[in-house]
Amino acid sequence: MSDILHTQHETASHSHTEGHHHVHVHHKETFITKYIFSQDHKMIAKQFLITGIIWAIIGGLFSVLFRLQLGFPDESFPILETFFGRWAEGGRIRPDFYYALTTMHGTVLVFFVLTAGLSGTFANLLIPLQIGARDMASPLMNMLSYWFFFGGSVVMLSSLFIQTGPASGGWTIYPPLSALGQASEGSKAGMDYWIIGMALFIISSLLGGLNYIATILNMRTKGMSMTRMPLTIWALLFTAILGVLSFPVLLSGVVLLMFDRHLGTSFYLSDIYVAGQALSNEGGNAILFQHLFWFLGHPEVYIIILPTMGIVSEVMSVNARKPIFGYMAMVFSLFAICILAFLVWAHHMFVTGMNPFLGSVFVLLTLLIAVPSAIKVFNWLTTLWRGNIRFTPAMMFAIGFVSLFISGGLTGIFLGNSTIDIHLHDTMFVIAHFHIVMGVSAFFGMFCGIYHWFPKMYGRYMNNTLGYIHFWVTLIGAYLIFWPMHYQGFAGMPRRYLDKSSWVSFNQFHSLDAMITVVTILVFAVQLMFVFNYIYSMYKGRRVRSLNPWGATTLEWTTPIKPGHGNWEGEIPEVHRWSYDYGKDGRDFIPQTEPIGEKESAH
Amino acid sequence: MVQTSVGNEQHKRLHPHKFTLWVAMASMIMMFAGLTSAFIVKSSLTGWRTIELPRVFWVSTAFILVSSITIQMAVKAFKGREMQRYRTLMGVTFVLGVAFVVCQIMGFSELWNQNVRFKGSSGAGQFFYAIAGLHALHVIGGMVALLIMVVRSLAGKTKLYSAVPVEVMSIYWHFVDLLWLYLLIFFIIVG
Repeated sequence: MSDILHTQHETASHSHTEGHHHVHVHHKETFITKYIFSQDHKMIAKQFLITGIIWAIIGGLFSVLFRLQLGFPDESFPILETFFGRWAEGGRIRPDFYYALTTMHGTVLVFFVLTAGLSGTFANLLIPLQIGARDMASPLMNMLSYWFFFGGSVVMLSSLFIQTGPASGGWTIYPPLSALGQASEGSKAGMDYWIIGMALFIISSLLGGLNYIATILNMRTKGMSMTRMPLTIWALLFTAILGVLSFPVLLSGVVLLMFDRHLGTSFYLSDIYVAGQALSNEGGNAILFQHLFWFLGHPEVYIIILPTMGIVSEVMSVNARKPIFGYMAMVFSLFAICILAFLVWAHHMFVTGMNPFLGSVFVLLTLLIAVPSAIKVFNWLTTLWRGNIRFTPAMMFAIGFVSLFISGGLTGIFLGNSTIDIHLHDTMFVIAHFHIVMGVSAFFGMFCGIYHWFPKMYGRYMNNTLGYIHFWVTLIGAYLIFWPMHYQGFAGMPRRYLDKSSWVSFNQFHSLDAMITVVTILVFAVQLMFVFNYIYSMYKGRRVRSLNPWGATTLEWTTPIKPGHGNWEGEIPEVHRWSYDYGKDGRDFIPQTEPIGEKESAH
Repeated sequence: MVQTSVGNEQHKRLHPHKFTLWVAMASMIMMFAGLTSAFIVKSSLTGWRTIELPRVFWVSTAFILVSSITIQMAVKAFKGREMQRYRTLMGVTFVLGVAFVVCQIMGFSELWNQNVRFKGSSGAGQFFYAIAGLHALHVIGGMVALLIMVVRSLAGKTKLYSAVPVEVMSIYWHFVDLLWLYLLIFFIIVG
C-alpha cells in the first residue's frame, strides 16, 4: 500500500492535481492482510479500539477487586482465592496484590486504554476520513504502530502472570522503590516487564503520532484549509504533538531507571539502606525521576483529554444542529492547553521540598490552564443554548462530558494551589479530582465518539435503549463513586492505604466506602453491557440505510456506507466551506463539499 | 497561469515522508534534551565525579563528519543518475559509520579502564555511557537503513527514480552527526 500511495504522490506531482486521482486500490486481500496485518486506517482503528476495550475490562476489573478490599476490609471473599490463589489467601486480598492491582489499574487505563485505545482509535478512523485522504501518510508505520502497541500489551499482560507479580510501586513507578528488587516483590521482574512494555508502547505512540501530524499537515484534500477542519482534527493534531514531544522524555527517564536497576548506576539512588544493608549508590536523586516522569506525565493527561474535547465539540455541534460556538476560540484554547501542558509538570511535586518561589511560578502557570478550559466550557454551553437538540446516546455522553469536566476541573483549582496541596496531596481528594476530570470525562468522550461513529465503522447502529441505560447508570454512578471521595480527602484520608480501620478518625467513612464499592460493581456491570451492545450491534445491529445518517457536514459521511481501502470510490471530494454550516440560510445543514452559493457569505 | 502556481505550490510542499522525519527528529531531540538536562541537574549535587574524554572520540568525530560529506555526495550522484558512484558512496558512508561505532566502543572501554564504572556513586561517566550509547544506537539504526538501501539498489527489479528516500536517509544521517557534535561539545563544556 505504501508503494501505491507513493505512486499517487508521484502522479500527483506530475499533473499538479494532488488528491484528485481516481486511484483504484486493487490488491488481493486475504484474511491476514484484511483483518490482521492490515494497513487500512479504518481496520487499524478497530484493532486499537477492540484491544483498548479488552484492556479496559481488565483494568476496570482490577478497580472492582481493590474496591472490594476498601469497601469491606473485614470481609473475606472465598471466590477470590479460587481465582487468584495465594494472592488472595483465605479470600482476602494480600497487601502486595492490592498494590499490584492499583498500579496496573493506573497503568492500563492511562496508557493502554485512554491513550492508545482513544487516540489510536479516533485518530486512525477520523483523520483520513475527515480531511479527505485515502490513508495515512505512511500506512506501513501506522500498522507498525498498532503492532508495537500489541507487543507492549503482550509484555504488560504477561507481567500479571509471573511469580513475583506485576509492578506494584504505583503507575508513576517512583524510584527508589521501583529501582530496587529487594524493596518489594513487584520491583523484581514485574518492574522490568513494565519498563519493556512501556518502551514498546512509547515506540507505538511515537510512530502513530508522527503519522497523524504528517497526515494532517500534508494530505488534506483540495480546499481543506486548516481553518476548515473539524475540531476533532485540530484536537488530534495537538494531541499528537504533545505525545511526540513528551513521550521520549519518559523513555529517557526509564532508560536511566533500567541502568539503576541492572547495572548498579546511581542516577536516582543515594544513601540507601535495605534490611540493614548499605548500598553503594551515592549522589543519585530520586526527585530527578519525578521531573522526567511528570514532564511526560502532565502532558499525558492532556493527551487523554484533548481528543475527547474534539470529539465532543463535533458531536455536540451535529446534534444541536448549530455551528460550534467560537470555532477559532476553540482552536486557540486547544493550542494554549498544548503549550501550557509543558509548563506545569512540577505541580505534581509541590511537597517534594521544592523551593516555594518555584512552586508559586508553577501555581500561576497551572491556574492559567483554567482560562482555555473555561473558554471551552463556555463554548460548549453556548453551542447547546437554544439548539435544536437531538438526544442521541452520543449527544447524551457529550453533555455528560461537559458536566464531568466542570465538576472535575473546579477541584483542579484547589490542587493547583501549592498551599492547599500540602493538605490535599496524596489524599482521596486527588483520586476524586483526576478520576472525574480525566478518567470518567475521557471515557464519556470516548463513548460519545463510539456511539456517533459506530455506523461509519460497521455500517450498523448500536442499540439506543442499552445506550441510554449505559449513559444514566454511568453518569449517576460516577458521581456516586467519586463525589464522596472529596469529603474523604478533606478529612485527610490518604490514598494508597489498603486498610484504614486502625485510624479512629476514618471510622466514619466505613459505610460510605461500602456504598462506593457497591456502586463500582454496578457501574462495571453496565460497562460489560456496553461491550455486549458493541459486539451484538456489530453483527445484528440495525443497518445504516443512508449515507449521512446524522445529517453531518463533514467528509466521512460522503464515503460509501462501508468504505473500502481508499475510502472514496471516485475522486476525493473537494471542500468549499468550513465544517459547521448548520442551520444556515434556512437550511438544516450544508455539506462541506457544496460550493458557496452566489449570494451566500462564507461563515 | 493557474497551472503554474499550483505546480509551484506542489514543489514547495514538503514530501510527507520528509516531514515525518523532521517531526521524528524533534522527538529525538526531546529525548536527548531530557537526558542532558538531567545531567545538568545532577552535576550540581554532591559526590559528582567528572571524566576526561579519551582522545579516540576526536577520531570518531572526524569519521562521522566525513561520512556526512560522503552521504551528501551520494545524494548528488543519485540525482545525477550515476548509480555506480551512488552505491560506492553509500558503501563508504556505511564503512565510516562502522568506524564511528568502533571508535565509540574503544572510547568506552578506555573510560572503563580508567575506572569509570556503572557501579557505585554517581558521575558524568554513568551519564556518558547512557547518552553516548543511545546515540550510537541511533547511528546503528541509520546504518541498517543504509545497508537496506544499498542492497535494494543492487537487487531491486524496479528502478527507483524518486530521490526522496535517499534525501530522507541523508537528513537523518546529518542529524545523528550534528547530535553527536552537540553531545561532544556538551560533555567538553559541562562535563
